[in-house]
Amino acid sequence: MVLEAASDGWVVTKRNLLKIKRVPDLVIFSTIQPIMFVLLFAYVFGGAIATPGINYREFLIPGIFVQTVAFGAGITAIGLADDLQKGIVDRFRSLPMSRGAVLFGRTSSDLINNVFTVIVMSITGVIVGWRINEGFLRGVAGFAILFLFAYAMSWISAVIGLSVKSVEVAQSAGFIWMFPLTFLSNAFVPTSSLPSALRPIAEWNPISSVVLSLRELWGNAPAGAANGTGFPAAHPIWLAIAWCLLILAIFVPMSIARYRRAASR
Amino acid sequence: MANAIIAEQLGKTYGSVTAVVGLDLVVPEGTVLGLLGPNGAGKTTTVRMLTTLITPTSGRCEVGGIDVCAHPDRVRRIIGVSGQYAAVDDYLTGQENLEMVGRLYHLGKKRARKRAKELLEQFELTDAADRPAKTYSGGMRRRLDLAGALVVQPPVIFLDEPTTGLDPRSRLGMWGVISDLVKAGSTLLLTTQYLEEADRLCDDIVVIDHGRAIAQGTATELKSQMGGEKLAVAVGDRGELVTAADVLRSVGVDEPEVDDQAREVTVHIERGTAALVEAVRKLDAADITPTNLEIRKPTLDDVFLTLTGQPAQEQTETGGTP
Repeated sequence: MVLEAASDGWVVTKRNLLKIKRVPDLVIFSTIQPIMFVLLFAYVFGGAIATPGINYREFLIPGIFVQTVAFGAGITAIGLADDLQKGIVDRFRSLPMSRGAVLFGRTSSDLINNVFTVIVMSITGVIVGWRINEGFLRGVAGFAILFLFAYAMSWISAVIGLSVKSVEVAQSAGFIWMFPLTFLSNAFVPTSSLPSALRPIAEWNPISSVVLSLRELWGNAPAGAANGTGFPAAHPIWLAIAWCLLILAIFVPMSIARYRRAASR
Repeated sequence: MANAIIAEQLGKTYGSVTAVVGLDLVVPEGTVLGLLGPNGAGKTTTVRMLTTLITPTSGRCEVGGIDVCAHPDRVRRIIGVSGQYAAVDDYLTGQENLEMVGRLYHLGKKRARKRAKELLEQFELTDAADRPAKTYSGGMRRRLDLAGALVVQPPVIFLDEPTTGLDPRSRLGMWGVISDLVKAGSTLLLTTQYLEEADRLCDDIVVIDHGRAIAQGTATELKSQMGGEKLAVAVGDRGELVTAADVLRSVGVDEPEVDDQAREVTVHIERGTAALVEAVRKLDAADITPTNLEIRKPTLDDVFLTLTGQPAQEQTETGGTP
């Protein structure tokens, strides 16, 4: 049963990945965007934002990584909405396959996509001066948290994709909420520079926890209050993992329930 | 003979909208049932209930002797479904599309590949096997989608408007494919808004409108409800209409109808060609040479017109969503 589910999930993952092979433009654009972001933020805002004790570019890269994988997870919504609209989900649902396979397949292929994007961004990051300063293991641990977060975000996106009425709606609904979520965080500026009313929101934002754990693990964190204050600043790694698990615990069952009921349009 | 599909008082409502109400269907094994109706009549909703895609709000249904609501997984193993919108993946090739479906039926890699090849051959898609489905014509996509429904040679097949949107040649090709399936012993339920299609492919027809079955029978039975064959005579000169009507009154079984505009007289007949021959003789004796002379069999269009008060086509345009 479990083996069957895994095999079904893999069949769907491969199917999704084939699309990337057939439409190489997708890869080109999903590569250009992160490179552009790294360069724009590093050189446009780089001089204007103070990050005590650390070079802004080193501070910035973990933030850009997290923002990019969050947006990258948004394509889960588009992919699912597209399959629904084209009736492909109907075909899948009339087959004796595992109920979760379409969703696990979709979130897995989107994760693979995100891994590819992060590789491209890491190379760009290294070129502009970003380094992992804390050794190999902590480096790997950072990427593990980053990908766990990317995967969790895909499941939120899955619920959106299964709830909207068309691909066009998925294209905006899947992303629009990510702007406040990623900008109201420590991704681009130290939370200490925010107005005091926004500071607690930014500090407790899951994005901030993930960004801060990467900075801590990789040695890219600024000194002192620029890191934030209170519990989130003291325990970023555990908090980041807890956020990801909480998101998965809520949105995996929710997506599967929606998938069961989803009607084609 | 066992029944492959049974629906009893099947109904589906969406909030205050009633899609299907109190539908009874019985499809014996190895036969073809046509669900005939305009857009929005409830055809697709019915197919979706029978194929486990949506849950009925009332009634029950059985496919292959299995209760659909109680054991959807078991039903999915014995059905093939081809939907209204060809559900093929544009970016996968024909071969990859079918292989994927085979894998999801748990055929195993080798068998899935082999079966995909066979189906592509059977549906004359071998030449296009390695092209992404995006490059296929409408007819090819439908064939590929239908092939996807047949990967495990399911005993019960559901086809939702298999020829909607196809050009006449592709439609003929599709009809050939469907006839072959029936010959091979499959049970078929197909929906259509084309009367000709139901006439040609189906053993039994259920006419539905606004979610209700409004008539049922073979094509012949439905047609005979319309009063049987008619003899039609068209003349070149309006002055000949009265004489022609007299002739037809003597060979027909009721009062002839005279259409001044079309310069045509029609009457119901019972004796078929004998009535035609007699009419020819009498017209000749009266020195009338008709511009057209024919026996008209009632079409399912007439059936629809009589049952719903409007022709199928016209209703299609004003109908709701499918």
